[in-house]
Amino acid sequence: MTTRPLHLLALPALLAASQLTLAANVYVSNEKDNTLSVIDSNSLKVVKTIAVGKRPRGLTLSKDGKSLYICASDDNTVQVLDLASGKISHNLPSGEDPEQFALAPDGKTLYIANENNNVVTMIDLASRRVAGQVDVGVEPEGMAVSPDGRWAVNTSETTNMVHWIDTRSRQLVDNTLVDQRPRYARFSPDGKLLWVSSEVGGTVSVIDVASRKRVQTIRFAITGIPKDRIQPVGIRLSRDGRYAFVPLGPANHVAVIDAKSYQPLKYLLVGRRVWHAEFSADEKQLWVTNGISNDVSLIDVTELKVIKSIPVGRYPWGVVVSGS
Amino acid sequence: MSTLPRLAACAAAVLLSLAAAAQTSIRISYLEEARAAANPLANIEPRPADLGRAGAELGLADNNTTGRFLQQRFELKRIDVPLGASGADMLARLDKQGAGLVVLNVSAAAIDRLLQQPAASRYLFFNTGAADDRLRQSQCRANLLHPLPGRAMQADALAQYLATRRWNKWFLVTGPRPEDKLYAAAIRRAAKRFGGRIVLDKSWNYGHDARRTAQGEVPVFTQGGDYDVLIVADESGDFGDYLSYRTWLPRPVAGTQGLTADGWHAAAEQWGAVQLQNRFRAHSGRSMQAVDYAAWAAVRSVGEAASRTGSGDAAKLAAYIRGPDFQLAGFKGRTLSYRPWNGELRQPMMVAQPRSLVSLSPQDGFLHPRTDLDTLGFDAPEVSCKGK
Repeated sequence: MTTRPLHLLALPALLAASQLTLAANVYVSNEKDNTLSVIDSNSLKVVKTIAVGKRPRGLTLSKDGKSLYICASDDNTVQVLDLASGKISHNLPSGEDPEQFALAPDGKTLYIANENNNVVTMIDLASRRVAGQVDVGVEPEGMAVSPDGRWAVNTSETTNMVHWIDTRSRQLVDNTLVDQRPRYARFSPDGKLLWVSSEVGGTVSVIDVASRKRVQTIRFAITGIPKDRIQPVGIRLSRDGRYAFVPLGPANHVAVIDAKSYQPLKYLLVGRRVWHAEFSADEKQLWVTNGISNDVSLIDVTELKVIKSIPVGRYPWGVVVSGS
Repeated sequence: MSTLPRLAACAAAVLLSLAAAAQTSIRISYLEEARAAANPLANIEPRPADLGRAGAELGLADNNTTGRFLQQRFELKRIDVPLGASGADMLARLDKQGAGLVVLNVSAAAIDRLLQQPAASRYLFFNTGAADDRLRQSQCRANLLHPLPGRAMQADALAQYLATRRWNKWFLVTGPRPEDKLYAAAIRRAAKRFGGRIVLDKSWNYGHDARRTAQGEVPVFTQGGDYDVLIVADESGDFGDYLSYRTWLPRPVAGTQGLTADGWHAAAEQWGAVQLQNRFRAHSGRSMQAVDYAAWAAVRSVGEAASRTGSGDAAKLAAYIRGPDFQLAGFKGRTLSYRPWNGELRQPMMVAQPRSLVSLSPQDGFLHPRTDLDTLGFDAPEVSCKGK
């Protein structure tokens, strides 16, 4: 008899606790505000705005999930945000105008695309020093490291190539020509394919990593939207190999692609000029940044539906979900 | 006297010759005609001496960064000719350099003189200096492309923006020079196309220094009825800058001064334009203008064709540039390509005031069966020189 009220009290507490463990923080870089917006994934509200360096764009979590790397493009640095305290702990050298970067799977090296001076800079995170630089094409933008750590790839927007950097020799060893203005690169979870979006070409190229040749070109069509307004930018591939999600920039839609047949299945209407995307840890949600409408959209991955837009700062660019 | 060094030298020579054999060289001529000395009244920003050329040089640097990965090397050879140089002289200079692709920063009259030479048909020309509509409508040529938007594209871009604001009643003020009349003609054409009405139409013929007399004269000159916007045609900048804030009625000024429309603007920053602006500023120490952008686009067109075809052959490159697969990314958020019927570059136009971008045309809602970019300038049925 005496235990009963205790149970009744404990149940909601347990529920609250379980919700807390599921709760994640979504970090959005606001390019024009020099801030990050932090969204609570439970309440779907902005709970905090953190001042960071000038023109924050690319975001990446550290391997241990405790820090966030931020490309502060106009400050020519990569900032390291300690997530527990919400404070910038230190800055890393980055080369000029860092825009996007990728972390090696071992968490030790950061590969940074320096848009203004046509190089990729490698940062050794332990020593916080530049470990090397590789010359690439005009306006390096997209960066990705293969899951096995063998390749670092960079896309150059005006040269229109994927540059393959051998991570062991730190040399550029091959180039793959793709369509106009390649912006983003993403390896498939098994590391066999590389997906590359071409913003002005309006396509996504799927490249076979072994041969470094293009094997598929994905094109998009949305009723009522001129073809050249469909400008793929970010890419996310689900771990189960089922879907690819591609934000289409000024087409204001996110394409859902069957990752096996390479056919677009559906186009989800989001905010204006949609840039980048990130999954929640369980991949049931996808967050996308809408660069002109100053908000982020939340997509339910199971239902393939947009469920909410949340206002953030000006020109939201990158997004990460802590714990993802 | 060991054989080792000799062997090493031998190997190095073999390597060098291999590299040389693999490299393709692509030459572009840049032909510039001296300009008549102009002395505009609004002279706080004189015409840069390297206008156009600086854009071509930046395009060359971009091409060579890309070319490094494809063993392609681009060269830009500059040819300066005096004002009024004969077609035969210009052609002889081009023949001497032997590049099949030529960027022209010359007057429309010089283009006439040069392209009348039968042997000029061997070259592909990019017009980056003459906005004359006749070269794009009645006197176009198959081997003449126009990265520089003509006056019709400028006027259409402006007219579309005015239409979206419903500023449909226009007061047209035309300057005394021949090019002012050509600009005014483009404005009249745009009015018909996009629902503008020219309710007042005056010529500016004041010979005196507008700086001294504008305050007295412009209020009187601009009387005569109501209108939404004053459109000025003053390409050389003699008086257009002195109309704003002096009109009898409080009305905005657009056209060649005030709110303008052209292929590029120093305030462009979207679609990656910041990177191009920064590169240009680092290269030339000033901001990029529409003529610079046109020359950059011309040289980049050659670079793009070379990387897509893997060829350095001028005829192959020319065919690709004019063909259906050609696409150029030009920092304006759309794919640029050349219209097959008159060689003009399809491109969004920047509607801007002196220090900020106001809008990009084509405006939403102006539709075209092919692409809305073709709502600006001359469409195929309007061009009387098809197939030339």
